[in-house]
Amino acid sequence: MSVPGTERFRYIGKKRRTKEDPRFVTGRGRFVADIALPGMKHVALVTSPHAAARIKAIRSAHAQALAGVHYVLTGAELCAATEPLLIGVDAPKVLRYPLAHGVVRYAGEWVAAVVADSRALAEDAAEKIEVDYEPAEYVLDPEKAIEPGAPLVHPLHGSNVLYRRKFVWGPVEEDFARAGHRLAFRVHWGRSATVPIETFGVAAQWDAGRQLLDVWASIQMPKFPDQMARALRLPGNAVRVHFDVDVGGSFGVKRGIKHAVLVGYLAKKLGCPLRLIEDRLENMRGGDMHGPDRIFDIQAAFDSDGTIRSLKIRALDDVGAYAGRSPLQLGKPVGAIVGPYQIHSVEYEPISVMTNKTAQEAVRGFGQAPTNYALETAIDRVARHLGMDRVALRKKNFIREDQFPYLIPSGTSYDSGDYHTVLDKALAAADYPALLAVRDAARAAGRLAGVGIASCLEPSGANSSFEPLFNPKNDTTTWMDSCLVRVDLSGSITGVMNTSSAGQGHETLVATVLGEVLERDPDTIRVVHADSLSALPSNSPVGSRMAIMLGGAAAGAARKIKSALLAIAAHNLNAELAELEYREGSVSVKSDANRSLSWTRLVEIAHRKFHRLPPGLEPGLQAKFVWEVPGGGGLPTADGRIQMYPCFSFEAHVVLVEIDPATGQPKLLRYVCGHDCGVMISPDIVHGMTYGGIAHGIGAALYEKFAYSDNGQLQSQSFMDYLIPSALEVPEISIVDHCTPSPLTTFGQKGSGEAGYLGAPAAIAGAINDALAPLGASIAELPMTPLAIWTRMQAARARLKDATS
Amino acid sequence: MSEKLYPVSVEVNGTLREALVTARLTLVDFLRDALRLTGTHAGCEHGICGACSVLLDGEPVRSCLMYAVQADGCSLTTIEGLARSDGTPGALQDAFCETHATQCGYCTPGMIIAAHALLQANPEPSEEEIREAIGGNLCRCTGYQQIVDAIKLAAETGKGKA
Repeated sequence: MSVPGTERFRYIGKKRRTKEDPRFVTGRGRFVADIALPGMKHVALVTSPHAAARIKAIRSAHAQALAGVHYVLTGAELCAATEPLLIGVDAPKVLRYPLAHGVVRYAGEWVAAVVADSRALAEDAAEKIEVDYEPAEYVLDPEKAIEPGAPLVHPLHGSNVLYRRKFVWGPVEEDFARAGHRLAFRVHWGRSATVPIETFGVAAQWDAGRQLLDVWASIQMPKFPDQMARALRLPGNAVRVHFDVDVGGSFGVKRGIKHAVLVGYLAKKLGCPLRLIEDRLENMRGGDMHGPDRIFDIQAAFDSDGTIRSLKIRALDDVGAYAGRSPLQLGKPVGAIVGPYQIHSVEYEPISVMTNKTAQEAVRGFGQAPTNYALETAIDRVARHLGMDRVALRKKNFIREDQFPYLIPSGTSYDSGDYHTVLDKALAAADYPALLAVRDAARAAGRLAGVGIASCLEPSGANSSFEPLFNPKNDTTTWMDSCLVRVDLSGSITGVMNTSSAGQGHETLVATVLGEVLERDPDTIRVVHADSLSALPSNSPVGSRMAIMLGGAAAGAARKIKSALLAIAAHNLNAELAELEYREGSVSVKSDANRSLSWTRLVEIAHRKFHRLPPGLEPGLQAKFVWEVPGGGGLPTADGRIQMYPCFSFEAHVVLVEIDPATGQPKLLRYVCGHDCGVMISPDIVHGMTYGGIAHGIGAALYEKFAYSDNGQLQSQSFMDYLIPSALEVPEISIVDHCTPSPLTTFGQKGSGEAGYLGAPAAIAGAINDALAPLGASIAELPMTPLAIWTRMQAARARLKDATS
Repeated sequence: MSEKLYPVSVEVNGTLREALVTARLTLVDFLRDALRLTGTHAGCEHGICGACSVLLDGEPVRSCLMYAVQADGCSLTTIEGLARSDGTPGALQDAFCETHATQCGYCTPGMIIAAHALLQANPEPSEEEIREAIGGNLCRCTGYQQIVDAIKLAAETGKGKA
């Protein structure tokens, strides 16, 4: 396999096995549900059956009378004893605790927790807890929720709007006035999420002797230990989160802070180890992991030749009943608000609104996939409006390879890219003319077929610039990550990372990078996850950042090790640094190969022979490196311009779909993704995440939706009605690699953890609408389920019949 | 509350295991909690995701949909039983490593059980037959492609028979 752009590397970009796979394929992973602590008891939950209600009484005597039941916790106690969970925007009256107190705000919200000897017994007891509710008014429609007089989800806040601002970047009105054409449309990204196969779980144990809370959790959350300690009113160093727990998928949602605060509180209070593992129903209803649910109103201004001058984007996002970081998912897309296109000015009005639904959490791409779907729909509509070819229109507006770094109107600079080439490579791999011919032949035979194209950005190397942008009281400007490298007396290398992993292969990443810099075999390098008390700073694997940030930190630490080895060699060989050559861990004098020191000797000097160390060099052989996000660290301007993420991967999707005329079931006949994430450190890992992202995008585009009934009940709360694509819905996918190195990163790498998902829904939606176009039908809402497609087909056929009769 | 206990005798990965269990104990909980074979994972606990798949007398079944008492007298193979005796990957498991057919590892045991059952019954499956065989196992990470590749590889090299 040829991996472009990696020829100069020894291990980077090469086909290598990952370090993690052997334990997973043999069933030796260590997930939170595998943590069994001596004397451990179990937590089960009582949840609200109402979308909104006042809690009048909770009676738990019957539950507590059961043998083996130890405690029933309600919101009254918990809210008095803990601090509210943090919220990403300035809305201090939108209080959120793990358990409801006084009122419930969505069906599925946790009302009480039961502790018992077994999970089954705890669930039995939960069913015996009687709660008296007085149902209250609720609001489910986000457009109604922003109207005056709507029932308020949090009355103290005074409104259902969590965040609203109109940004204007550049001469929007002038560009609209000058443009030859304008069009306006609405699209809706439906409520779905990443829905990992493992639910949330947490185990905790309070050690009274040490005054220390040990926590094992299935999490992917920046600042999780800090937030947990803060909520529990404990010093930061009284909470030790073990990051060596394998996380069974996350893609953003595994925050689990309310789970951990609840269990941490109970573990400390009861003095016994506890574990909470959600069942699937609890996960879907009360896990607080729903994704963006977004209505876009888009206006585009463009000329007859296809030049798109300006966009007006209004994005109304339904975050559900509570807010953690979810409103900020409207903020990240600011950093790629024009996609890969040269668009001169933009108006962007994000509105974050609360309704009586399950709370929203970070989902793969942090709001970028919905925005990309809206942008690509705009491109397709402009093409249709002008009668232009969709490929030609995209190419006309693409930022050119020679224009980087490219500053977009909202203040972010794109690092590098070659969008024309990547799209061309994808079209060539798909044999685009043949694809169109297949489509047209199907149409000629009376069937429905369509081709979809999407060209989308994947911002990567996450910082948190949306925090100060959306909350002036939050002036966070660093989002560092770190690595510690130690070489022990035997000469073995160990890399220490400072967060948990959820399948991204970070151990392989660190080993590959350390091996590359130190020229040692990555298979001999061990990588471990610190716990939060021994960890260096990390902001966890969010926003496609770890190849850049953890990879960069590992490289920085390895270079320090290499420098120390060179210094030791110079001192002991009586040579200048410039005279020395480092090769595979040994150092020799370039002009005299006989004057050399092996890895083993150098390590031994570092560990045992202070008398042979150069002055000033600390003994032992270890190094840490803490890296700031490249280009980051700034606050927004008054008009809301900011450098969001530093690196921009690019993906071009080409898809052929045929729709079953009887059932509306779409079938993906060909799927090609051109992908450029700079230098790929581990190609198998990048490809795997891209395939998975596309599969996830197929789900968001066609099948997955958290649907609510009119009375606020979640209707898709099992895998029988929330449909995750199986191997039968996901086709064979062809990935075409391209490499435009980033000038900002250690090896030229960019991020790729959200690859595929950021463009697949847009491409598939485009294909469905291309298929429906001959009927004069279209769909402007995801997911485009078979039923939705069938309904449009039936209506269109009825229209045609009426017209011809 | 004291629940009545029933004796269960099952052969698990070649070893006879006997226990007293409650009637309502699911097979997945029995394997995980009583026998500490935690490679079998509970994903949905309602029979859709397939993460809890095990072989029951050679056939793949969902251990979340069975009670432990129903397995009395049966022979079970779990993911641990497909590894070599020293705990390193068996042949099919090794093929999953070669193609990087796993990311988070949560669905992986069930996926390998399904693949193993397929290859036992059909050593040279087509891609369509592979996708059909793992169609009842959900994976959220991989998009299935490298899993299909792994099963093809195992079939090509005869590794699936091991």
